[in-house]
Parts: sequence; structure tokens; C-alpha cells
Amino acid sequence: MPTQRTRAAVVGVALISTLATGSLAACSSSDTGSGRTLTWYINPDGGGADPTKKGQAQIAKECTDASGGRYTIRVQLLPNSASDQRQQLLRRLAASDSGIDLMSIDPVFVAEFAEAGFLAPVPANLEAGFTEDTVNAAVEGAKWKGKLVAVPFWANTQLLWYRKSVAQKAGLDMTKPVAWDQVIAAAQAQKKTIGVQASRYEGYVVWINALIEGAKGHVVTTPGATADALRLGLDTPEGKKAAAVIEKVASTGVGGPALSSTTETEALNLFSDDASSGFLVNWPYVWAALPENKVTFIDDVGWAKYPQTVAGTPSAPPFGGIELGVGAFSKRPDLAYDAAKCITSAAHQKLYMIGTGNPAARKSVYDDAEIKKQFPMAALIRTSLDDAAPRPQSQYYGDISTGLQREFSPPNAVTPDTTPKAATDLITSVLRGETLL
Amino acid sequence: MAERKLGWKLAGPAFAVMLAVTAYPILNAVWLSLYDYRLTDPSARKFVFLNNYAVVLTDGLWWGAVLTTVVITVVTVVVELVIGMALAMIMNKIVVPRRILRTVVLIPYAIITVVSAFAWRFAFAVDTGFLNHWLHTLSFGAFSETYDWFGSHWSALIAICISEIWKTTPFMSLLLLAGLAQVPSSLEEAAEVDGATFWQRLFKVVLPNMKGAIMVALLFRTLDAFRIFDAVFVMTGGAQDTSTVSLVAYNQTISRVEIGMGSAVSVLLFLIVVGISVVFIKGFKVDLSSVRGE
Repeated sequence: MPTQRTRAAVVGVALISTLATGSLAACSSSDTGSGRTLTWYINPDGGGADPTKKGQAQIAKECTDASGGRYTIRVQLLPNSASDQRQQLLRRLAASDSGIDLMSIDPVFVAEFAEAGFLAPVPANLEAGFTEDTVNAAVEGAKWKGKLVAVPFWANTQLLWYRKSVAQKAGLDMTKPVAWDQVIAAAQAQKKTIGVQASRYEGYVVWINALIEGAKGHVVTTPGATADALRLGLDTPEGKKAAAVIEKVASTGVGGPALSSTTETEALNLFSDDASSGFLVNWPYVWAALPENKVTFIDDVGWAKYPQTVAGTPSAPPFGGIELGVGAFSKRPDLAYDAAKCITSAAHQKLYMIGTGNPAARKSVYDDAEIKKQFPMAALIRTSLDDAAPRPQSQYYGDISTGLQREFSPPNAVTPDTTPKAATDLITSVLRGETLL
Repeated sequence: MAERKLGWKLAGPAFAVMLAVTAYPILNAVWLSLYDYRLTDPSARKFVFLNNYAVVLTDGLWWGAVLTTVVITVVTVVVELVIGMALAMIMNKIVVPRRILRTVVLIPYAIITVVSAFAWRFAFAVDTGFLNHWLHTLSFGAFSETYDWFGSHWSALIAICISEIWKTTPFMSLLLLAGLAQVPSSLEEAAEVDGATFWQRLFKVVLPNMKGAIMVALLFRTLDAFRIFDAVFVMTGGAQDTSTVSLVAYNQTISRVEIGMGSAVSVLLFLIVVGISVVFIKGFKVDLSSVRGE
């Protein structure tokens, strides 16, 4: 006769088996009804995982529809910061995860992933289509040891944003290229701020690299070299000029009261403060973000090319953006590259630029009337991208970047005589396995 | 004898599983630490025996991290002991809002450490935080409103310590309350009758009688404090030389995927923690069963 306990036991077993089957079903293979499911690991953008917000999620949906049932693209969100995105992807790829078909990679990690064999080779017949009409920096960023290993999606660069009233008062002619020394002097004279990124994170290396490249130097002088053969160009006159600019921003106080914890967001906040804002170096997303910050002086905001490190030498604006990579362990890399072709089409790059403010990698997009209306600085972005210099391409970029962040932090302690040399010694020692990082 | 065998048979499977789950990663870490192994370059893996340990033990970053960790541990444990003891005494004496007070006191401990670290990071921030405003008002303008807490080593450490103390004092106070409750009130009353002041009663009657509970609380807190990670990772990310030992292990293993070197750091951290336990248990003769007043 079924007692109370037996009945409870039966219910319990039934419940557990239902839950188990349910959760096991969720782990089942991805060959569902509408063709192969491709998983696309995306960095968070304005659209997030919502397929109606003109972000990568919407492009995923449109390309799924355009595939004619051959595949379904499913998006997976990665963490916010590029370093965390790299960590997640790296761990999975090191374990040969076959669930990674497409991934949105920051250009600085392309070298590391390619060298470790994590990227599936680009089909020869698609190469030309991926790089035609694309800005130089984006193509360079997708290559490793001369071969194309990723697909340029969108390309980012920084501009110098300024308060027209402040520039005018300082007598700066913003129609001509300006140098960092001039900008710092203008801000200091009027007690205004320059929004930069000097917190201990990747954004700081963007600034350092732009300064060094702007002086016609390079952080890594032996691209593609192994750890023992890698040489750095930090302790050079160009590197010292870069350090001098950072020293000046810190010592004059124009970087704001909390310079050592300034990221893009804090820099934007600094620029949004009516009383003290003067200049800002930041990505073009700020154009859409300023009205959201409820600034009252939007008509007083102007834009110019990234400041020169050395007056007279053309500047090398920073390069960012996203390259699409196909996982080497993906079950259908051919479908993934097909999807990549759809995702990076000119039409989708235009949609993405309008929706999220992230500039396209294809030059023809910048001639579009809608783009020019929403981005009055579109032409400047395109020329900046053509002059942009990527961060050092090395399979050890993570170590180089962390080493730079460590030695150049805090910005108040940077001096041209000691900091570049200390950074060189540290990074060389770390790459030889003789020092902790 | 038969009972012992039965005990082993009943607890055996669970013990074996626990051993496998905890022993395997530890042994794996020790094995990995003997190699120069970068996860993105598995073909270049080299057996280097104890070279990783030599590199770690001669590195300035490691010793700086050990020093920072020791400073944070000592400061937070001492402050928590004092405040925790005060809280425990209040919770012991109070009658009317006893349950409410005990629940409210526990709230910081129930909050996830990462969430608490973010809350304190925003509180100390120059542009979005409230702490600078409060200190500015309370000091009648003497304290600068734009003071950058995370801009220098000691102020960043103070911020981290405050966050840790706020979060784990409840844990300490609960352990101390358990010990306090074991002290027979007759002893205290006798001392009061004999004319002892409050402080004399505290130091000569109450504290000696709850030595067991104090030592257990100190042991747990010291072990936890030495392994601090969340607050440092969230608030400074190791900037301004505030790296702790756990953060050094994280940077090598997860960020740089140098799992050989990172495992060496982890093994050293493990040995230090074991050393702390040995010092407490053998040296101070901490009896873990004394928490229950046996």
C-alpha cells in the first residue's frame, strides 16, 4: 500500500527526472529545424542582444533571414571590457570549443589568436571581397604575418573634440592641425580640462601608442618576432617625446582631479561639465552620448583630427574597432565565413554605423547622405582612419600592454628619462619569463 | 572498533568525492608549476622543475603583494575584532530589538562581495561618490571635495580596508557572540559584586573565558583576509601597488595564460595559508570545537 513516504518519493523522482531531461535537452546539439546554428560571440554594443536595436543582434537576424534557411545566427554577449572579452574567448578556444563559430575580436588580439591557431583560415575566394574598399588600418589589423586571418567589420578612431569658445579664446586655429603642447597650454591658461584616458587599463595604452606613433616611433620594432627576438622602441627619442606629453598633462592638472582613474566614461563626464570642459580625445560615440548627458552647449562642440605629438609631424590617430574571426574548431567554418560576408556588407556596415555610432570599415559608406547627416564629422573619421596606426601587432600583445600599463601608471609619475626605459626592461624581462606581471 | 568501521563506511563515499574534488586541482597545480607553460603555445611547454618558484620568490612584485596582503590582513582583522566585539556585546545585552538587530547586523555579510566592492568603489569615486561630499561637510570644508582616493597607495588601501571591514565585521561579531554567550553570567555578576569596573570585568573575566571563540574567529578571518581578491580587483585592479597575492596569481594564470608561473604563485599562496592555520592551531592551541563551548 503506497504510504505517505512512498508517494512523496515518487513525486520527488518524477520532478527530478523532468528537470534533468529539461536541462539535458537544453544542452542538446544545435542542429535544429532551420539549418545549422552558428554562435556569434559579440562584444556589447548599443543594441545588446535585442534584434531590433540596430546592433550586431539585428545584423545577426537579418543575415539569418538572408541565408535562405542554411543557417541561424545566435548571438552570445561577451563581457564589457576588451581584456575580459579576450579572456573568455581565449579560455574556450584553448579548450578547443567547437561552439564558437564567429567572434567579434578587438584587433589587438588577432595576432595572439592567429599565432595560437585559434582562427580558421580565410577562404581564398572571399579574401578580395573582405578587403576591397576598406580603410588601411582595418585591413592591417586583420592581417598576421602577411596573411588575412580575420574579416574587417568596423573601424574606430579617436578625434579631438573641443569647446569652440575655449579654442577661440586661446587663439587656436582649429582648421589647421594642432599639437598636444598647444592644446595643453590652451586648457591650462583658461583652467579648463582635457579628457584623456589614463586609468590603468587598455584605453591608456591606446593613448600611449597614439603618442609614440604620432612621433613616428613604434612600440614594437620587430613585428611577428618570438619572445627572445622581440625589440621595443620605447626608449627612443620618439618614446621620450610621448612620455613628455603625458608628464605635461599630469603635472599641469588639465587631465582633471582623478586622472589616474579616467576611462572613456570619466573623460566624457569631464567634457560634459559646462564650467570646466575644454577638450576631449575620445571615440566618435561621444557625439551621440553628449545629448544623452544633457549638455547645454552642444552647438559649442567642434571636432578636429587627433593632436600631433610633435608640432609639424602628422598625427597617428588611434585605431580600434572589431574584426570578425571564425573559430578554428567550428564545425562549419564555410558557413561561418558566408555569414561573415553578409555581416560585413556595406549595407550592414551602414546600418551598424547609424544604429550604434561605430564607424564603418568600408570607405563607400562615408559617402552616404544619411551617414553624413548623422555624422557631420564623417569625412574626418575616414581620413583619420586612413592615417590611423594600429597598436603593436604581436602574439604577446597582452603582456606588452599590461607592462606598459604598469610602468606608465600612475600618470603623475611618468618622466621621459625613466619611464620608457623601465617599461622596456620590464616587458623584455617578462617575455623571457624572468619577472611576474 | 565496529562503530569506527561503520563510520568510515557511511562517510567514506562523501569523503572520497571531497578528496577528489579538492585534491585533484591542488595536485594538478603543483604539477603545472614545474613547467614553463603558456596555454596559447602548448608545443613550447618546458619542464623547468623549481625555476618558476625561484622567479616568483625573487620578484619585487611578489614580495610587494605579500606585504600589501599582510597589511590588509592585520589592519582588517584587528579593526574587525574590536568592532565585532563591541557589536557582540551590544547584541548580548540588548533585550527588546534583539532579533531585528541581529538581522540588520548580518546584512553586509549577506551582500555578495563583488557587489559590495562596486558599491564602495562608486562611493569613493570623485565624480559619482558621496564620501567626499560627506567628509567635506563634516570637516567644515577642510577635506577637499576632489580628493582622489584611488590615486595613491595608502588612500587606496584605506578604501579597500574600509570596504572589507564593513563587509565582514558581522561574521566576526556573530562568532564572538557565540563565544560571549558561553561566558557564565554568574562570573560577571560575582566580579561586579566584588567591585570590578566595566573594563576590569571585560579584560579579566569575559575575554579570558571566551579565548577559544576569539581564537577561532581570528583564525577564520585571517585565512579569509589573506586570500582577499574581489575588493582589490574591482576597486583598483592592482593599480598603485595594491596587488594582493591572489591578484598576482590571477594575472599570471588567467590574464597572461602563463599557467606554469601562475600555478607556482597559487601553490605558494596555498603554503602560506596552510602555514597560518598551523601557527594558529599548533601555536595558539586553537580548539575548533571550543566554539560550541565544549
